[in-house]
Amino acid sequence: MSLSVVLFYAFAVFTVVSAAGVAFSPNVVYSAFSLMGTLLGVAALYVFLAADFVAAAQVLVYIGGILVLILFAVMLTHRIATIEVSNRSVGRLPALLAVGAVAAVMGRAITRTTWVVGGDLADTPATYAIGTGFLGTYVLPFELASFVLLAVLVGAVVVSRKELRDARG
Amino acid sequence: MEGVSLEHFLIVGLLVFALGLYTVLTRRNAIGILMGVELILNAANINYIAFARYGGHPTEGQIFAIFVIMLAAAEAAIGLAIVLGIYKNFDTIDVEATDLLRY
Amino acid sequence: MEPIAVSYLRWIPLLPLLGAAVNGLAGAAIQRRFGERAISILACAPVLAAFALSVAAFVHLLGLAPESRFLLDRVAGWIDVGGLSADIAFWVDPLSCVMILVVTGIGGLIHVYSIGYMHGDAAYWRFFAYLNLFTFAMLTLVLGDNLLLMFVGWEGVGLCSFALIGFWWRDHKNTGAGNKAFIVNRVGDFGFLLGIFLLFWTLDAAGHGTVVFRDLEHHAASLEGAAIWGWPVVVVATLFLFVGATGKSAQIPLFVWLPDAMQGPTPVSALIHAATMVTAGVYMIARLHFLFAMAPETLAVVAGIGAATALFAATIGLVQNDIKRVLAYSTVSQLGYMFVAMGVGAWTAGVFHLVTHAFFKACLFLGSGSVIHGMSGEQDMRKMGGLRTRMPTTFWTFLIATLAIAGTPLTAGFFSKDEILWKAWSQGGPGLWLIGVAGAGLTAFYMFRQVFMTFFGECRADHEVQHHIHESPAVMTLPLVVLAAGSLLAGFLGVPEFLGGAGANRFDAWLAPVFAHGAHAAHHGAHDIAMEWTLMAISVAVAATGVLLAYLLYYRHAFSPARLAALGGGGPYRLLLNKYWVDELYDATIVRGTLLLARFWAWFDGTIIDGIVNGSAALTRAASALNGVFDNRIVDAIVNALANRTFALGTRLRHVQTGGINAYLYVIVGTVTIVLLARLL
Repeated sequence: MSLSVVLFYAFAVFTVVSAAGVAFSPNVVYSAFSLMGTLLGVAALYVFLAADFVAAAQVLVYIGGILVLILFAVMLTHRIATIEVSNRSVGRLPALLAVGAVAAVMGRAITRTTWVVGGDLADTPATYAIGTGFLGTYVLPFELASFVLLAVLVGAVVVSRKELRDARG
Repeated sequence: MEGVSLEHFLIVGLLVFALGLYTVLTRRNAIGILMGVELILNAANINYIAFARYGGHPTEGQIFAIFVIMLAAAEAAIGLAIVLGIYKNFDTIDVEATDLLRY
Repeated sequence: MEPIAVSYLRWIPLLPLLGAAVNGLAGAAIQRRFGERAISILACAPVLAAFALSVAAFVHLLGLAPESRFLLDRVAGWIDVGGLSADIAFWVDPLSCVMILVVTGIGGLIHVYSIGYMHGDAAYWRFFAYLNLFTFAMLTLVLGDNLLLMFVGWEGVGLCSFALIGFWWRDHKNTGAGNKAFIVNRVGDFGFLLGIFLLFWTLDAAGHGTVVFRDLEHHAASLEGAAIWGWPVVVVATLFLFVGATGKSAQIPLFVWLPDAMQGPTPVSALIHAATMVTAGVYMIARLHFLFAMAPETLAVVAGIGAATALFAATIGLVQNDIKRVLAYSTVSQLGYMFVAMGVGAWTAGVFHLVTHAFFKACLFLGSGSVIHGMSGEQDMRKMGGLRTRMPTTFWTFLIATLAIAGTPLTAGFFSKDEILWKAWSQGGPGLWLIGVAGAGLTAFYMFRQVFMTFFGECRADHEVQHHIHESPAVMTLPLVVLAAGSLLAGFLGVPEFLGGAGANRFDAWLAPVFAHGAHAAHHGAHDIAMEWTLMAISVAVAATGVLLAYLLYYRHAFSPARLAALGGGGPYRLLLNKYWVDELYDATIVRGTLLLARFWAWFDGTIIDGIVNGSAALTRAASALNGVFDNRIVDAIVNALANRTFALGTRLRHVQTGGINAYLYVIVGTVTIVLLARLL
């Protein structure tokens, strides 16, 4: 067992446990921080898969952007008084059943299938390839993505503009 | 790495996905549900990268994962704006309170 | 023998028809504008013109050889269906020539007479319209060349008789009499029709279906052997035809209408019920003599009924007090004589008596009309008397006519009646002759009774009436004179051979070609001259006895008629006075029976048929109510239930819309799972 394998298992466990924290924590702030842990763990896993750029992007965007946004939202939408029991779960049993069913099916698929593994397993940096890919073969989705982001920007402003007016008025 | 195969990554992704699904189904807090969605997206991303690496086309998989990240961010932004709007109207973000579309 | 085609015959009936049309349609206006005179001219001219044409036809026939005296005027086709073919065609042979001369001649005289009799009547024009129409119908009857056209005329005269009897319709007695005449005639006409149908049907089955007289005569032999209901067809058909004759010519049992028909104006009685219409039956038998000759049973019936009627009516006439009633029963009686003649096969004798009877009976009726006119409407003979001096012309013509009807030697009635009696003896039998002689005696008695009561003795009328007694104007007395002359002279046309020598009987000779084919075998029986003289002497003696009795009773008043009436307890007298209660019998049986039947059918229609109809309507209503209930309860229930179920289902299903996100998410997850499972399995 080499170091990398152990580290892999460590990060894997960390990720899963953090995800469990998101799922089972009654406190929404605790859930948010658990989410941060999960995202970090996932970034580490990306590194293990030689996706360095993606890992960096993950940390920057997910944790630096989305998680912060989530925390802002949590702050804006809760009365501090009831923060302890602010993230209740209901209907656990049916959810467990549904999730269990899905997981069982998918697990069966994963373990039973003979995955064709092939290709070069060398760990090469991917940034260059990704960059040329975005401006080469995948330039159209790239440009369209900017439209999407523009729409999101405008939409968010519009949606929150009303509430600003409400807040003022 | 020897000893770590594709299936390990897939199992990890499966577990995260299952937990994210569980979160989506059980949470009453709207933000909690959004967090669950983020988990699911991340699990999908793990799958993408894993397959990209072990399938022999790393670039495509990673590009796709970047797209997913971007769209997750966009979706989170909008979703949270909506949540704030709900909070303003209903004075709570308990999804069971927002049942105006009930029969 | 092929008839000769001419085209002037049609005007004989058509001119009176035109007169009827003009008088009928425009008469009221013309009378208002131009007075009675115009109507008189418009009415009498056509009939007199028809008489002129009839004379022309007679002359035309005279110019032809006796075997070929047939004229035919085919006006137009009428019916041509299957085997039945009848044209509107008029046919003159010696027999119909005699008839048209009688109808137009005597009819013309009566038209002239009516100018005076109907003077002052508001419906003057209507009278003449009907009279003209009657003349047209009678001429069609006589001139028609086929049974159907004859039937048209047959019905037409019945209709005009009805119209004229009930001419003064405001009095219900008159209209009742008109109804009676028409209805009784109708019964007879039914028999007539049945006879026509049977004849045609049988002939058609033999391949010679026809109703035209000359063709009937031609194919009469094919009727032999055909039978219906166990009797020969000829007998049954001729019996039916004779039923029609009894109706039209007032024989037993259908004579009851004639006495009541005296309600009509006197010229009507003279023309229709003495001279022409009632003789239609006799004419019909003469026309179809070849059929009757083939049916001896029918001839026996004809003779029997004729004789019975002659005697029967004469007995009733003995005691009547109305001047016209006496004449009416006399007419019935004389018609009986004609039928006796036809029944024994003496066709020419019967027709001869028809002609002479037309003369003296018309004269008698017109004379009685003159008496009534002069007596200001009085008709009861018990209130008359002594009119001989006050109304001389009327008296003398009436007397001449009475002499004729009584059978006084050398008058017309003498020759014709005597020929009938002789033929009755020689071709019928002593029984018939005896009845005939008895009837002649009674006739002589009651006719002279009438003369003595009316014209002789003290006038028994009211003072007012007596004051106004006057002779009738010339327009009325002139026809009387002409008719009286005819009553005297017409007899000389038919003087029997044993009196005047061979060829003296010109009437017989004239009609011989018509009856040549159906000659009765007994016609050529032995002419026992001595017997003829004897019989003649006996009948003259019997008639003289009758006259003597009348003289004694009503002139000399040797013994009171009242005492005579009281003989036998007054029973026989009452029997005769009440006409043997025949009318009452008919009323109690047939009339009541028919009315009962009518009431029954009315009840049937009203209760049962209407009940069925109403019942079906009620059934329909019930069915539709049921349908409505079904529709409302069941169908609507289904529809409503459907709607309610859908609503309930919707109410339950909308619980799916919880509004909560969790539930929706479960749905999504569940669906995905199921899809995955489906893909994997």
